[in-house]
Amino acid sequence: MSTAATDMPGNTRKAGRYVYIAAVVLLCAWVIVPLYFLLINTLSSPEAVNSFPKSFIPEFDLGSLSFFANFAGMLTALKNSIIVAGLTMIMSIAIGAPAGYALSRFDFPGKELFRMLILLTRAFPLPLLALPLAVMFIRTGLDDTAFGLALVHTTLAVPFAVLITFSLFSGIPIELEEAAWTLGCTRLTAFTKVVLPLILPGITASAIFAFVISWNEVFAAAVLTIENRTLTAFLLQNLDTSPLHLKFAGGFILVVPALIFIFAVRKYLFAMWGIANR
Amino acid sequence: MNPRILPYVLILPVTLFLCLFFLYPFVLVSQQAFSTGSGFTLDNFKDVMSHWKFPISLKNTLYLAAAVVPFQLALALLMATMVSKMKKGRDLVLYVWTIPLGISDLAAGIIWLAIFEQSGFLNSMMSGLGFIDRPMNLLSYQTPALVFLAIALAEIWRATAIMLVILVAGIGLIPKEYYEAAEVFGASPWKRFTRITLPLLRPSLSTALVLRVILAFEVFAVVQALGGTLFPVLMGETYKYQFELLDGGSAAAIALIILLISIAFTLLILRALRVPKGATI
Repeated sequence: MSTAATDMPGNTRKAGRYVYIAAVVLLCAWVIVPLYFLLINTLSSPEAVNSFPKSFIPEFDLGSLSFFANFAGMLTALKNSIIVAGLTMIMSIAIGAPAGYALSRFDFPGKELFRMLILLTRAFPLPLLALPLAVMFIRTGLDDTAFGLALVHTTLAVPFAVLITFSLFSGIPIELEEAAWTLGCTRLTAFTKVVLPLILPGITASAIFAFVISWNEVFAAAVLTIENRTLTAFLLQNLDTSPLHLKFAGGFILVVPALIFIFAVRKYLFAMWGIANR
Repeated sequence: MNPRILPYVLILPVTLFLCLFFLYPFVLVSQQAFSTGSGFTLDNFKDVMSHWKFPISLKNTLYLAAAVVPFQLALALLMATMVSKMKKGRDLVLYVWTIPLGISDLAAGIIWLAIFEQSGFLNSMMSGLGFIDRPMNLLSYQTPALVFLAIALAEIWRATAIMLVILVAGIGLIPKEYYEAAEVFGASPWKRFTRITLPLLRPSLSTALVLRVILAFEVFAVVQALGGTLFPVLMGETYKYQFELLDGGSAAAIALIILLISIAFTLLILRALRVPKGATI
């Protein structure tokens, strides 16, 4: 930059700097402004949401949110969403993390094949799995249960859990573990006393990621649940009939965990994808 | 435990899980698509493809992907190069830009509905500026172009972040020495971008594109929230067959068609962006 930049007259460089800053601000606004509009609608009374023209400042009325909370079935749907996402989180870490550890610590015949299986899942439109599983679940009695849906959501989340924990474990030198072995630890105690404390924040991040994948999923949830709908399924099935303020309050409730999630895992987001990439 | 067996014990749960809930369902879905109760048949495909809505929803899905994905790629590349030069405030800007990554497609559709609905913010803005006297219905069958635009904008808003994250991670892996050498030889920023960044970014580009294109063919909730029945797409038709018409065979047939398109595009992207054998980064 330095040679080219010093040749340029000062004015051009300054102008370029302003264009650059303006572009960054503009792109930030592009993300935030639509979210702000949703916030206005959520914090307005139902009458204000349906009136015209709209105010660009929220009136801080909880009418829409309390309408949402009192709408028949909505709180149950919210509870179902949390249960399914919680189950997905537990299952995908419980079965994904050991595989991530195996990939980072061992060379074994069939490792490439296993990696292929994991990567293959990302080249398929996974929500479509819900169709055949709907039939399978009816036969096994898992239809319309939180656990059945959590199984499908785990299929979505587990490849990420494997790849993320793989990259996390790879970041911890094996020498640390070996030192623990020479000091009298078994493989298991070395893992629980040395590796686990170091890896815990990262595991938490990938658990949150699994939670959000399930929380956000629409198609499989809508196909697989009838009575026990999750929030996304409930909102989707009522799109035609529900009033605007209900949609916006529901959308807002869907968005809140996302904001927290991105904030909580921001440190890991790039490390995660950097290695999971190849 | 024997270290030769241990890795297999560790990967066993995931492998079993994926066989049961990933590979096996694909066998099932093909079975469902190719049968109507008795033996092998192509009837499901014939039924689905001869329905008047099929060509429209196929066309809509493909057009939407063609309009959205290239734009997102360019936008994500621009954003990624912008942050790579940033010194102050990089973390904050990246946090803001990656927010949509965690937002559900249904929520994204609802967010853009707040802007485009009849008493929404776009109409309010236009009436505030004096362009219109009374709110217009922007999302109706009379304004297909606007419906398309609203859906495309919502998709661009929502799903550019996933490409951005992959590309930022990829740019971070390119050694700084290449750029320093290029500067010494007087390469312009544009030249550095096309001669260093783009070619060395190929693995990340192909990952980002594959993920994004597959998501584009799966587009569903955004469309439901904004266009409803005005803008039929393949995934929406699958849902309709399964849920409203209770026709599992036809739903499975469309699912297989979506799957085939996805695989075809994945192979195409992988081939177009492959790193030549022997070349390393």
